[in-house]
Amino acid sequence: MNSLSQFLSLSDANVRYVVIGCVLLGISSGLMGVYTLLRKRALIGDAIAHAVLPGICIAFMLSGVRNTWVLFAGAVVTGSLAVYLVDLITSRSRLKPDAATALVLSVFFGAGILLLTIIQSSGNAAQSGLDKFLFGKAAAMLPEDLWLFGVVLCLVVTVLLSGYKEFKLLAFDKGYAQSQGIPVKALEMVLSTLTVLTVATGIQAVGVVLMSSLLIAPAAASRYWTHRLSGMLVLSAIMATLGAYIGAFISYTKPGMPTGPWIVVVLSCITLASMLLAPNQGVLARYLQRRKHRNKILQENILKAFFHLGEKKNNQALAFEMEVLRQQRDMPVARLKSGLRQLVRHGSLLDTNEGYQLTRSGLEAATRVVRLHRLWELYLSRHLNIAPDHVHEDAEGIEHLITPELERELELLLDSPGIDPHDSQIPYTQKDRNR
Amino acid sequence: MIQHVDNPIIEVHDLTVSYDKKPVLWNVDFTIPAGALVGIIGPNGAGKSTLIKAVMGLLPLSSGYTELFGQKLNDVRKRVSYVPQRESVDWDFPASVMDIALMGRYGQRGLFNRITAEDRSIARQALEQVHMLEFANRQIGQLSGGQQQRVFLARALAQQADLYFMDEPFAGVDAATEGAIIELLKELKSQGKTILVVHHDLQSAAEYFDWIVLLNTRLVASGPVKEVLTPTLLQETYGGKLSLLAQVGDIASSIGVGTRE
Amino acid sequence: MDAFWIILTGSLVALNGALLGSFLLLRRMSLVGDAISHAVLPGIVVAYLFTASLTSPFLLVGAALTGLATTWIIETLNQKARLQHDAAIGLTFTLLFAIGVILVATFAGQIDLDMDCVLYGEIAYVPLDTITLASGLDMGPKQVWTLGSVFVGLIILLVTGYRGLSLTTFDAGYAAALGFNTSFWHYALMGAVSLSTVAAFESVGAILVVAFLVGPAATAFLLTRSLKWMLLIASAVGIASAISGYYLALWLDGSISGAMALMTGVIFAVAFVWQMVAKRQ
Repeated sequence: MNSLSQFLSLSDANVRYVVIGCVLLGISSGLMGVYTLLRKRALIGDAIAHAVLPGICIAFMLSGVRNTWVLFAGAVVTGSLAVYLVDLITSRSRLKPDAATALVLSVFFGAGILLLTIIQSSGNAAQSGLDKFLFGKAAAMLPEDLWLFGVVLCLVVTVLLSGYKEFKLLAFDKGYAQSQGIPVKALEMVLSTLTVLTVATGIQAVGVVLMSSLLIAPAAASRYWTHRLSGMLVLSAIMATLGAYIGAFISYTKPGMPTGPWIVVVLSCITLASMLLAPNQGVLARYLQRRKHRNKILQENILKAFFHLGEKKNNQALAFEMEVLRQQRDMPVARLKSGLRQLVRHGSLLDTNEGYQLTRSGLEAATRVVRLHRLWELYLSRHLNIAPDHVHEDAEGIEHLITPELERELELLLDSPGIDPHDSQIPYTQKDRNR
Repeated sequence: MIQHVDNPIIEVHDLTVSYDKKPVLWNVDFTIPAGALVGIIGPNGAGKSTLIKAVMGLLPLSSGYTELFGQKLNDVRKRVSYVPQRESVDWDFPASVMDIALMGRYGQRGLFNRITAEDRSIARQALEQVHMLEFANRQIGQLSGGQQQRVFLARALAQQADLYFMDEPFAGVDAATEGAIIELLKELKSQGKTILVVHHDLQSAAEYFDWIVLLNTRLVASGPVKEVLTPTLLQETYGGKLSLLAQVGDIASSIGVGTRE
Repeated sequence: MDAFWIILTGSLVALNGALLGSFLLLRRMSLVGDAISHAVLPGIVVAYLFTASLTSPFLLVGAALTGLATTWIIETLNQKARLQHDAAIGLTFTLLFAIGVILVATFAGQIDLDMDCVLYGEIAYVPLDTITLASGLDMGPKQVWTLGSVFVGLIILLVTGYRGLSLTTFDAGYAAALGFNTSFWHYALMGAVSLSTVAAFESVGAILVVAFLVGPAATAFLLTRSLKWMLLIASAVGIASAISGYYLALWLDGSISGAMALMTGVIFAVAFVWQMVAKRQ
């Protein structure tokens, strides 16, 4: 635990630089990622990240020094050029954006590798560390790096805040933004430039190949929790911070572990967890909802079987054994048993010596399902011209979906009918009549 | 007004198709007589294209089944031809008009048998029928919308099928092409073929078709043109969606269970 | 002789990339190709730990399966978790690549896999690793044989599956209506991409694989409107990039794969300007 407290307190200067640096980068990319994601250009970050490499090399070759700001300037130039070229190729040829992106990405990166190896073979002593850009060099961050990251972050936040409404329109509905007289082209350029700046700093933490993760993962994760742009921005920034922090910690505890890949793994895990666990939109939430509904169907089908049996005997107070129920409606014994147990627990059924018997609330629920079934059948045959012998199957599914509001709408539309297309009574309990 | 026929060439039985668990076709049930030229008519979003895609087995069915020639689609594929919407493909694809027409022979030839001289002559004949033979070597990206549509028709003709499903063949084509296409369809009909056409112009419908299927999420009518194209039925088709259906569909989709579980 | 083997290796990678890349481009899946070429890394590392060899056929197959898994994950994220397609691609390949890098770092002692080599390969060393028969006959570099077999397999796939691949690419709906199994052809193509990526990995690294998957196909797409010609032109452009790239690298004394990747871009640029001028006239 010693290492954890040491890490958390940021008492070690090296740790401090790494953590602060990664967090600053994380926030910038978390924010910009939301816009690239919403504008369906998530992979442009990948192209920029690869295209930055030749710029760094050229800046180094021209200046001969490994100065953070000089290399950054070179990175921004080729990064922007890449964005411009993707747009140019897409607009001036039959190539589609994805091919243009992949093309620019690989060619720029190839050029970058070529330049990098040329620098290496020329034996310039100062080059040491230039190749760290490939996989990030989080562990080697310097105070001047932090200043740069801070400046970029401030710029990102200031610009995004001052043009919040305009950028929002642009991200959600470009066509409408244009019609409102918003300078779409200029704003897109601003966003592209900010993305380039962010990527050019971000590759210092995670490297060229993994940079797109920093843009995509936090933004994608935030999308599962909220639909509001402001919420997405805040969440994305928080998740990026978290990912950078935890990733930096893991690589700190194990010597020789690369920081960038760990940040990416942590961020991806946050995204995957969001996919699974987020309320409403998460995979798990949707699964549970479906399961709940299946249970509801099971219970209602059993109640319906009781109602039909009682209807035949003209007495809804009778008790029935499981076998009788299965003859009325065939279903697997295990399912039936589990459904009966649930219904007894909910107080819809009584488990008596002669078998199971509907309680008052059970009878009300059973009556309602049968009523909905018959109302829907009537609706289908009256309003959809479906033959009476074709309506049953559909009603079997719909009866479990109709809400009380829809039920009233149905009754109104059908003018409180008495019988269904098969001449069966549409049943109401006393309680229903009193409504 | 839903008229069923004996010995139908197409039988659609209680067909429900859903996107994202929300039904876009609701319990559709009709039959089509052999040799008919059928218009499938309804407003935008009525599920017209979905209907023929479902019949062609391109979409999963929530319920129901379809039979062609009284059999399952897989047993009669060679007798059935499908013309997708023109916009559904990328016309920048590197291929010539002839290449596309020859695709119509792929199904008849199977994967590995060579395309023969006979196939080429059938494809050429199909292009001739749509007046596109002179463009046989033209690249498809250089064609006009109407010409692209004719190439798609030629591809279907090259299949030498007995039953044709056409998804909006008149969309975005010039008047001359539209006239040429309808002439062609009538000729096919006179050869005893059956043709289903997704169409959304009411004006021309009475003149083009002899059997009409009116659709708006649910089936409104299916029968001979004179009996179906009545003000009442048209009002019912175009008078908007049934709000109850839409609401139940939304609930099914939001729970993620569909209407058939 | 070394120059010959290096150029031959580059050309084989180029040919594999040009042929497969053409179909990827027409299916708008160029970026999926990019993703696969990065995402096979963990597969290579794990397979390497088991086989202790970079040229074992098991490694080829094992890593190629990772490539197939990548496409499957992308589609699952897209359909089941409703993540937009480009984000699904980016998330998948960065995660897999990151895991690969971490594996390399973890097993650094047991694995002779340099991270730089992962990105841009060691094509200059290809001629050193040769196959020698028991009789002492030198059969040439191992890599050439591996890539050559993949190329032969690819030609067989294209000859037998040309109709299936082209029709499902152009008009998947019509293909399905004719009874073609569209997802079979999808996975056949993705499997081939994975296999040829893995085969090329050691010699040229991820970056040249991507360059050859995209550049030659994009150039050919601009120059012709016939699929067969597109495949031929892409192959020619690929080989031209390999040859010119080799001499460029020799002249500048830099990375051979980097130079070859750059040349695919240069040739594309020429074609791009040419088609713009041609359009104007």
